[in-house]
Amino acid sequence: MISPLAIEVQGLVKTFGDNRAVDGVDLRVPTGSIYGVLGPNGAGKSTVINVLATLMKPDGGSAKVFGHDVVEESQIVRQLIGVTGQAATVDEGLSATENLVIFGRLLGLSMSGAKKKAAELLEEFGLTEAAKRPLSKFSGGMRRRLDLAASLIAQPPLIFLDEPTTGLDPRTRIQMWETIRRLVAKGSTILLTTQYLDEADQLADRIAVIDHGKVIAEGTGAELKASIGTATLQLQLTKAQDTDTAMQVAHTVLGVKVNNPSEGHITAPMTDPDFVTDLLVALRAEKIHLSQVSVQEPTLDEVFLTLTGKPSLAEKGATE
Amino acid sequence: MTDTQIIPGVERRLKNHTSFRQTLSHSLTMAYRGLVKVRRTPEQFFDVVLQPILFTPMFTYIFGGAIAGGVKAYLPIIIPGILVQTIITATVVTGVQLREDMEKGVFNRFRSLPIARIAPLAGALLADTVRYVIAATITFGMGYLLGYRPGAGIEGVLMGGLLVIIFAWCLSWIFAFFGMIVRTASSVQGISLLILFPLTFLSNAFVPVKTLPHWLQGFVNGNPISHLISAIRQLTSNGVIGHDFWLSLIGAAVIVAIFAPLTVRAYMRKA
Repeated sequence: MISPLAIEVQGLVKTFGDNRAVDGVDLRVPTGSIYGVLGPNGAGKSTVINVLATLMKPDGGSAKVFGHDVVEESQIVRQLIGVTGQAATVDEGLSATENLVIFGRLLGLSMSGAKKKAAELLEEFGLTEAAKRPLSKFSGGMRRRLDLAASLIAQPPLIFLDEPTTGLDPRTRIQMWETIRRLVAKGSTILLTTQYLDEADQLADRIAVIDHGKVIAEGTGAELKASIGTATLQLQLTKAQDTDTAMQVAHTVLGVKVNNPSEGHITAPMTDPDFVTDLLVALRAEKIHLSQVSVQEPTLDEVFLTLTGKPSLAEKGATE
Repeated sequence: MTDTQIIPGVERRLKNHTSFRQTLSHSLTMAYRGLVKVRRTPEQFFDVVLQPILFTPMFTYIFGGAIAGGVKAYLPIIIPGILVQTIITATVVTGVQLREDMEKGVFNRFRSLPIARIAPLAGALLADTVRYVIAATITFGMGYLLGYRPGAGIEGVLMGGLLVIIFAWCLSWIFAFFGMIVRTASSVQGISLLILFPLTFLSNAFVPVKTLPHWLQGFVNGNPISHLISAIRQLTSNGVIGHDFWLSLIGAAVIVAIFAPLTVRAYMRKA
């Protein structure tokens, strides 16, 4: 049996004045999967989420959540989704408990039910100790966790996470990943946006790469990486005058085109890691010494370079 | 994480509309939120506390002798006037604060929740009735200290207070609407006061209408604020529910009927 689609988007268009923020996006997200939408700042990722979360009306195309149209049946869609936005969507003036209790009441829980649910979620996200503190004293990671907790009150089958780890330290980031995996284990479907290739790779079953409001590639992490090239082997020679010999040796052993981007620095695509041993042995035989050996994975910028033929829009934004 | 599995989206039976009971419950929850918030920022109450304390004795002593021949005789006229002026002015602040609140991220979450679209607005405005209650209590209290003894007793005062609070809640929809369509919170304040200042002063709040030039009497008599003040004077002095009372209520209902949908629509359009 084909599992029903959690999200089905066809030819979605959203414009802001002259800017076509979303320009004909198609997405098909199977139930029970993590779907990653990867792209730089301003690519249209958040706009797609905003349309799916009924916060914006599309200007063209259609979007369905579990078969319900986001415009025609918006109130049904809202009962099926949880949204964790980029900006904190919790109330700064209230404590963590007060926030969750109010959202719980709005979702139809009784006062005692809402309090119980709030305590449960705070416990689950390690926020119990901070429950009564004003949010202004919360760290970025705590705020994100509270935000996610607030999205889970109604146990929605579909959860949108808009850049859930942007701005988090590496440890908090890993914790967030674990939380996301647990959610899927319980049967939720997750659509997450990210600027980080490794995040999409780690979490998502399928990835759509989006740029200038268009999907420019779609597939599993492995498929995408295969399409955009392989890791690069980087060698730094101790003596720059060895460069020519070293390049010749590398070409013979690896059988690929070898580059020389700067003095004493040679790079080559690493198609088979096994050959690296052969190369190192061959270099030793030629008495060529290395000061540094490293392997560079394809970066998001390389993805964009390969897919669009030009650098991504948001080199600056991608590091914020 | 609890072990309960999520109910799949396609197996859920859901309705695409919100019932009246849900709408009411959502609005009350939003009002509760407003009250929890003000508990943390009591300075929001400065205007409704200080204005009646300052203005009630000031206007009473300035105008009392000239208009009514004495403070005692003037009090039944001026107290309803000051009451209405204070509370009507306080409705502007409601619009300004709502606008500031809406610019925060949490409003996006409210919009993504399956709640009545009107609830975040209605609830915020409902929470502000607490401000009006404070203003009404202090105005009547100041009057009492100055020797105000309304003829209809406590029932009249309660009825009068209730009427002005209902009216103010309805009126605040206008400023909530301005809050939606104007660019900044401070311009809401500017525009609103520009409208309210003449409306509250060009009324029967402080002086008998017959002392005014003839052309102005027409405006003052048609001014809804005048009808509201007259209704409260009748309630507090004689305990009478006159046609001014009904006019005020109908006027208030008309305002809500026009501005609540307009405001909600403008609110929904804001991305």
